[in-house]
Amino acid sequence: MTAARAWNGPELVCPAGTPAGLRTAVDAGAHSVYCGFRDETNARNFPGLNFDRAELREGVAYAHQKGVKVLVALNTFMRAGEVDIWKRGVDDAVEAGADALILADVALVAYARKAHPKQRLHLSVQAAAATPEAIAFYRDRFGVARVVLPRVLTVEEIARLTANAAPCETEVFVFGGLCVMAEGRCMLSSYATGKSPNMTGVCSPPSHVTYREEGDALIASVGGFTVERFERDEPAGYPTLCKGRFQANGAVSHLFEDPVSLNAVELLPRLVDIGVTAFKIEGRQRGRAYVAAVVRAFRRAIDSMAAGGKVDVEELRTLTEGQRDTTGAYKKAWR
Amino acid sequence: MRGTIPLVLSRAASVLPLLPLELVSRRLLANAMAARPSFAARLGEHAGRTFAIDPLDCPFAFLITPGGDGVHVRVVRDLSEAAYDARIAAPLIVLCGMIDGTYDGDALFFSRDLRIEGDTGAVLALRNAIENAELDPSSVLGLPKPVHRPFNRATEFLFGQLRRALHAPEPSGGKAYLP
Repeated sequence: MTAARAWNGPELVCPAGTPAGLRTAVDAGAHSVYCGFRDETNARNFPGLNFDRAELREGVAYAHQKGVKVLVALNTFMRAGEVDIWKRGVDDAVEAGADALILADVALVAYARKAHPKQRLHLSVQAAAATPEAIAFYRDRFGVARVVLPRVLTVEEIARLTANAAPCETEVFVFGGLCVMAEGRCMLSSYATGKSPNMTGVCSPPSHVTYREEGDALIASVGGFTVERFERDEPAGYPTLCKGRFQANGAVSHLFEDPVSLNAVELLPRLVDIGVTAFKIEGRQRGRAYVAAVVRAFRRAIDSMAAGGKVDVEELRTLTEGQRDTTGAYKKAWR
Repeated sequence: MRGTIPLVLSRAASVLPLLPLELVSRRLLANAMAARPSFAARLGEHAGRTFAIDPLDCPFAFLITPGGDGVHVRVVRDLSEAAYDARIAAPLIVLCGMIDGTYDGDALFFSRDLRIEGDTGAVLALRNAIENAELDPSSVLGLPKPVHRPFNRATEFLFGQLRRALHAPEPSGGKAYLP
């Protein structure tokens, strides 16, 4: 483990889908970056993304040179009889100098703690730890230092959990694609495609996604199920079953709300007040231009807060999916 | 679509022969692959797929097959008779902006400035490999290292002017390839 620079304000945790993405996030002002190996051990196992072992070592060296921490996500669930790939991932991430491992499978957490007693461990959002009891179990039994909270909690629920979790830190998502389900427990992608973020690291795997133009409309399908039809000039989105538009009881609507992106920038001061340690930006699958813009904007917001200034809530709107955003469950605005 | 070149220029380009364009394209892609040898590895199982790169405002399209043994390029007048695994379509200036990192592909797709069809996995692999390659104009042109910085700066300025003139989408994050 390598000591990062001293930092007393909230930590900005940024996505690094590729080595170039890592350097972009570091240079744009990330306090830490998170990434994963190029296999099913992490929940962003998309084609062309992620790191091999040599790339991770180089990425860690680059980040540490600039005082930035590297968190390695091994946050899928191990397959019975084939657990070695996950254990090897833990060993290799530690060997590469990861500042923390982000884990979901309780057996992998146990392995990491036993094999690497001094390694800092974070609990992935995929573990869906949403009660004081669950967090206390991971904290007391395995020394988990931080828990990434599910995106289905309100700010008040986060406040209570954070107070109860101490000395375990809490981390919350503040920007990016919005998973509206309890992550780690959602089976919708498995139902439609046989693959899921939980086991294979992909929700709505691109191998099962198709786009078809029909006149001016764009038809999006996943696993053969048509889940969305975008009319001419209507903003498009990546098709997932949970964000599809369906007909039920004579009405056509989304299940929860439009497939907009999470943007909790206006809630940053409140989240700091209630003791949240780290703000996470989703988007390992996004390009360098996006990562640079979002990381810079959030870093400005955090620095502005630290200096007693205001947070600019407008500048990130153009980068959101569908170019519309939401505070998600944080304000309990969903129907 | 935003960023299309004027119709008169598009029509004028339709009389140009395809062979010189194909030869230049091969040279540029060979330069890019030589500058970024890990490119094909990042494509993984999608290396060897054929991508139709379709500049919607131009009277031609590119059929590109990147692989471990280099990259194969063919330029065609239209794609109706062509065989390919995936098609990526947008105005030329937008496609250029995706290569040099000016644009975020997802943002372009969400705003309907970019169209894709076919093998979505292959499209994502290509997009991510290009993102990681950090290609800049100097590398693609195979210029010597000492001129990279000034040439890239000049090119960024020119492309910025061109994007504004063509009312192309706003860049997603500003300077993508300049330190």
